[in-house]
Amino acid sequence: MKTEAMPAYPLGTSGAVQQTLRRTGTLLMYLVLMLVAVLQILPLVWLILFSLKNNQEVLGEPPFSIPLHPHWDNYVNVWTSGNIGVYFLNSVWITACALALTVLLASFVTYAVTRMKWRGRSFVLGLFMVGLMIPVHSTLIPLFSTFQKLHLIDNPLSLILSYTAFNLPTTIMVLLGFYYALPKEVEEAAIMDGCSVNRMFLRIILPMTSSVLATTGIINMIYNWNEFIFVNTFISSDVYKTLTVGVQNFIGQYTTDWGAIGATLMISILPILLAFLLLSDRIVEGISAGSVKG
Amino acid sequence: MDKVISNKRVIALYVVPSLLLLLGIVYIPIILTGYYGLNKWDGISPMIFIGLDNYQALIKDSAFWQSAYHSLLLAVFSGLSLIGYLGIALVLSGKIKAANLLRKIYLIPMLLSSVAIAQLWIKIYHPSNGVLNAFLSSLGVSDPPSWLADPKIVLFSLFVPIVWQYAGFYILIYYAGLKNIPESLMEAARIDGASSWQIATRIKLPLVTEIIKVTIVLSIVGSLKYFDLIYVMTDGGPNGASEVMASYMYHKAFRSFDFGYGSAIGFFLLLICLIATFLIRKATASKDTVQFH
Repeated sequence: MKTEAMPAYPLGTSGAVQQTLRRTGTLLMYLVLMLVAVLQILPLVWLILFSLKNNQEVLGEPPFSIPLHPHWDNYVNVWTSGNIGVYFLNSVWITACALALTVLLASFVTYAVTRMKWRGRSFVLGLFMVGLMIPVHSTLIPLFSTFQKLHLIDNPLSLILSYTAFNLPTTIMVLLGFYYALPKEVEEAAIMDGCSVNRMFLRIILPMTSSVLATTGIINMIYNWNEFIFVNTFISSDVYKTLTVGVQNFIGQYTTDWGAIGATLMISILPILLAFLLLSDRIVEGISAGSVKG
Repeated sequence: MDKVISNKRVIALYVVPSLLLLLGIVYIPIILTGYYGLNKWDGISPMIFIGLDNYQALIKDSAFWQSAYHSLLLAVFSGLSLIGYLGIALVLSGKIKAANLLRKIYLIPMLLSSVAIAQLWIKIYHPSNGVLNAFLSSLGVSDPPSWLADPKIVLFSLFVPIVWQYAGFYILIYYAGLKNIPESLMEAARIDGASSWQIATRIKLPLVTEIIKVTIVLSIVGSLKYFDLIYVMTDGGPNGASEVMASYMYHKAFRSFDFGYGSAIGFFLLLICLIATFLIRKATASKDTVQFH
């Protein structure tokens, strides 16, 4: 290791002892870190394994035994017999709509706040940032009764609007850092050439922010895909339910079929796992930027 | 230039839609919650104004205070677990190979939906086929407790998956902060003969104080309003033994259809979260914070 090459340590007669101690310490640290990693992963490994078993194998064999004949039919069965397919498609399009709306609106706001001159812009930004602190549950009853009056209960629009409103603050927070760092010269030149603000924003700024848009997009995708309480409260028909609530109801009916439950849970988390495998750097970046800065 | 970038119509076009959404869906509802709390209301028939009756009843409601106590326990538990996360992040930010991969692995549970996690942990805790009891019986434990059905331990059985869910998030935040500290500072300390322990406690920790404060607020306020896993795994049961403030509110409003009382709880929850944020900020505020940019 690098530290050993450095002459800074007082290497006297006890030098060898110190080195052994340091090596043991390093080994111990790796062990702890690995143990945490295993604990974080093991429940999911178990889930994957029992999603591919039938009840006989789940009940009769050790929990981490590899299914010799994986029951892929568990997946086929839950996809075709229940409404999981419907829930899945609802999750996809509701997540996508709310994501697109949030990222677009947040870009508009962030642009206006960071690049344009007007009174009250810091107050408006403050309103969005304080919005981060409001607990969702304190808004639930008024939202329910208001959506009811507007005939938006059991309507996906209530979800898209709620997701967008509650995700705007975090999204703006992540965008802010990026916008502050954008060079102003491009805009100045564009305005000199007679470019309008709208044109400049849509044609120049938005494309320049594509990487941070991807980051906020993936974070929004995860939030929207996993959202539970709004769907549970606002949506009652199966045709509009998303996967979280759908899975919850579905599993309630099949309490004894382990393979079916495992397959259902796997289907519900697969898009997120896939996103994680492909875009883990952006997820890490978005989560850390969206929670600490401010 | 100024004329173009202070164009009022463009600004309004860019800001007003989002602002309306924020006001309509976040701010106006919290005012309404406070107002609904002053009424007797089942959500359908007309409201009857009853003043502070709901709030007075709430103060005397032992079931509510029990749920508040459970939320507080979770807050204390989550707050204390931050120490562990900080320790792991400190180790991880040293010269550890694969640190980047490890922090990503830690994060996976946080990316999954609470419903999926809750259902998975119900299975883990399953009395006869759960992996936990299978593991315990292989160690020779013959009568493991009923994790989710025993009112004495149910709360702690729920805390475990909550910690499992959020550990990676806090480790990630701490790790990012620790990695921001310039390597030259640590090199200098090493040349002066500082041990790893001294570097960690005298250099690294003071430089992430701001981040630690933020995470204390996040974890405590997040715990006070916590709902998801508990609602799915035990629904506050058995017999209220795992009820927390948010689930109590939900049950009062959407099970007992007491929207007025539910709103009073919702408003109280909001106040508690805001006061907690304020108090923690105040308690951790110091004039001579070391900060590195």
